[in-house]
Amino acid sequence: MAVLIVNGTRAEIEVDPSTPLLWVLREKLALTGTKFGCGIAQCGACTVHLNGSPIRSCSTPISAVDGKEITTIEGLAPSATELHPLQTAWIEHQVPQCGYCQSGQLMSAAALLANNPNPNDADIDSAMKGNICRCGMYGRIRQAIKTTASYYEVAGVSAAATESLEVSGE
Amino acid sequence: MNKWTRRAFLSTGVIAGTGLVVGVAMRPGNRAQDLKGLVAGDGETLVHAYVKIDADNIVTAIIPHSEMGQGIHTSLAQMVADELDADWDLVRVEEAPAIGEYANYAVGKGFLFPGAKFPNIIAPSVDGTLMRVADALNLQITGGSGSIRFTGQLGSRVAGAATKQLLVQAAAQEWQVPESEIKTEKSHLIHTSSSRREPYSAFAVAASMMKPSYTPTLKTSDQFEIMGKHVERFDIPSKVDGTAQFASDVRLPNMLYATVTRSPVFGGSLIGTKDQAARAIEGVVDVVELPPIQSGDMIGAFAAGESVAVIAEGYWPAIQGLKALEIEWDNAGNDSISSEKIFARFDDAITSGQGRETDSVVGNAEDGFENATKVITADYRVPYLAHTCMEPLNATAEVKDGRCEIWVGCQNPLGFRQAVADALGFDTENVTLHNQFMGGGFGRKSRPDYAIQAALVAQHAGRPVQLIWSREEDVRQDFYRPAVQSRFRAALDNDGNPVAWENTYVDKNEPIEAPLIPYAIPAQNIGYVSSPTHVPFGAWRSVDHSQHGFFTESFIDEVAVAAGKDPYQYRASLLKEHPRHLAVLKKAADEAQWGRPLGEGKGRGISLQESFGTLVAQVVEATVVDGEISVDRVVAVVDAGFAISPDGITAQVESAIIYGLTAALYGEITIENGAVVQSNFHDYESVRMDKAPLIETHIINSGNAIGGAGEPGTPGIAPALANAVFDATGIRVRNLPLNQFNLRFGVEEAGLTG
Repeated sequence: MAVLIVNGTRAEIEVDPSTPLLWVLREKLALTGTKFGCGIAQCGACTVHLNGSPIRSCSTPISAVDGKEITTIEGLAPSATELHPLQTAWIEHQVPQCGYCQSGQLMSAAALLANNPNPNDADIDSAMKGNICRCGMYGRIRQAIKTTASYYEVAGVSAAATESLEVSGE
Repeated sequence: MNKWTRRAFLSTGVIAGTGLVVGVAMRPGNRAQDLKGLVAGDGETLVHAYVKIDADNIVTAIIPHSEMGQGIHTSLAQMVADELDADWDLVRVEEAPAIGEYANYAVGKGFLFPGAKFPNIIAPSVDGTLMRVADALNLQITGGSGSIRFTGQLGSRVAGAATKQLLVQAAAQEWQVPESEIKTEKSHLIHTSSSRREPYSAFAVAASMMKPSYTPTLKTSDQFEIMGKHVERFDIPSKVDGTAQFASDVRLPNMLYATVTRSPVFGGSLIGTKDQAARAIEGVVDVVELPPIQSGDMIGAFAAGESVAVIAEGYWPAIQGLKALEIEWDNAGNDSISSEKIFARFDDAITSGQGRETDSVVGNAEDGFENATKVITADYRVPYLAHTCMEPLNATAEVKDGRCEIWVGCQNPLGFRQAVADALGFDTENVTLHNQFMGGGFGRKSRPDYAIQAALVAQHAGRPVQLIWSREEDVRQDFYRPAVQSRFRAALDNDGNPVAWENTYVDKNEPIEAPLIPYAIPAQNIGYVSSPTHVPFGAWRSVDHSQHGFFTESFIDEVAVAAGKDPYQYRASLLKEHPRHLAVLKKAADEAQWGRPLGEGKGRGISLQESFGTLVAQVVEATVVDGEISVDRVVAVVDAGFAISPDGITAQVESAIIYGLTAALYGEITIENGAVVQSNFHDYESVRMDKAPLIETHIINSGNAIGGAGEPGTPGIAPALANAVFDATGIRVRNLPLNQFNLRFGVEEAGLTG
């Protein structure tokens, strides 16, 4: 049996320990916002946070996350009535097309900003190049990340504060 | 393999074949009365087949198209709402159900009678008959960049305007005033002199009893209030918080999971399966051999051999089980076929010219070559391409008591429903299909193979089953963009003017005009030979334009270079008869500051492509250092006549360019031993954030007939980039993908005949 804390809620899972976290989230916990794209950690559609860091849940066996804190797209917003600033920026820039990769994109972007509230283009390339968008919305994703960063700047939010903002969603 | 058959539909044979005779009356009255039980919920009144109004004055536009990321639900709602004078804040959207009554007659009308204007007196008969034809053909297709230009222009706008007319009539009767004195504004009916102002909802029921016009007066573009304006898409909020439901997110009680595989060698059939090891895996429930599958559907016709599915308690045990199977396939003699051999056959077919058919013959090309000062020749090739939609193929089905319910994301719900019914041996009405958001489509999801498999597995299991393909299966069992070779010859006179253009390529599909060029060359002979292969093929974003755009826009560049002219100026000089083309090309050159000096290792290239009724010109700036290409900037100009959703078309152009850029830089499905070599994103790469160029899109609203948006941006990126690489390096790339040219060639001519 594995114990997970997913979006702040404890879950006990009876499953083969080699089962990737992705399938536990999707099939056992019905958290279907996290997507299957490739199964080999090449596309990023399955990105979630493990103790705040982005991981590819399709290639992370459940045994490796036993007792750890997981945040999925369903837990990214700080509350049921608020959006994460990135989600707001995603809407403002009309980022998604088919939308299938966007949970993973947002989780990668949230992890980036949590560590680096003012990323330059190279930082964005480096943090986001693991996430494929077959609709090709990279330009909008880049702009939405920058918009969020500028919001942080205006709000005087420090790296530590964005991290706590991030954690508050967990 | 069956040929991709949309062309059959486009030909007039369909009209004759189904006995469509314009003038035979089939005036359907107000269809809403028959449909209301199917689509109208509590408190909702279906006023028109495409329009519901509820007690709170919410207008719901019913959209007979699938959402695969193109934003069509929103764009078509804009068209309904604007003609209806609806308050946009009170507009909602709903996809039409997969039932015959929502077969898409407007798409049929657009394809069959492009640009036709029917006299008012026969318009209802034409629409009524087309409705019957569309129903018979299970036509509910989203493809061919046709949703706005056909459904929107011929269906949604008419629905909005007709509904408004009915509401005005109903109010005029109730108020006992002339219709002409009633104004409509923001979902309200207004009679100024008697100070009456009522919401549409007050007259929805009365209006729904009346017969709508098939030829209401539509707005002119200067009257548009919602069309042409930026609105936020309806689907986006659900796509940023994980709540958007795709087919693979369906969760049913007691549901099992399954995964599947077909013969890796196309055309292969099943000899036998050893499944002991698979069945020993914890969580594996069953292993099932599925029969050959097929569809005779007009849009999604295909045939494929047997497949083997593993049913399990979850996807993970299912895929572990699949890997543990030992399956023996009969390869049907196809296991020695390779890409190399396929291209050798293409080369032979073109050289022999046997059975050559012509697309276009203008003047006498032979005379042109005889009298030429200079003749240039070139062969171009493109490989097979997979679609790799972000969401691997999947469908969820439940089969019980002689009925099937299926949840799937697809581009032709009616066609899929029929294919599933046929496979199960059920009557069509015993299959209910729930279409879901698609995680990408790009043409792949017009083929119902995965839905049929899901239904067959669920029938076997006797429980609901979600069938999910692995990415490997998705890459290896696609209906590919065909591999194509195209041979060119051009003749130039003393002044460098082109006097003859000859082109022979392998295999023609759709759209038929894809290999044609807009340039004023007095003698042209464009044709094709046939060289069928065993590789299944189908529609891939922009279809034949995806290859011919690269071929023709690269070769015209070669002709310009041979003439010693600037590639932009040369094209422009040949477009005097095509002012619309010229305007698009010129704007792209101007916006990109064509001629501005670029730095060391940099180059620029241009392309112009008309497809699906829309013109797109692109200028690419690229840097080539040590054989590494980086695409720095793309300037795109799009003229779709009128941009209903300016941000929507901008997003489509961006998307189409990145999709085409992936193919140009990396896209190659290789056949070895009769099967596909590539399997996943590590060996079938995609453009990622760090390689994505800055794209600047400019819109021209020329006022021409509205064109498509989803595909026209794709064809022009590969030639513009290849032309930029030539400008930077002097190396003419005639084979895609580009990332191989340095490795494979590294010589002056990266092509076949250089």
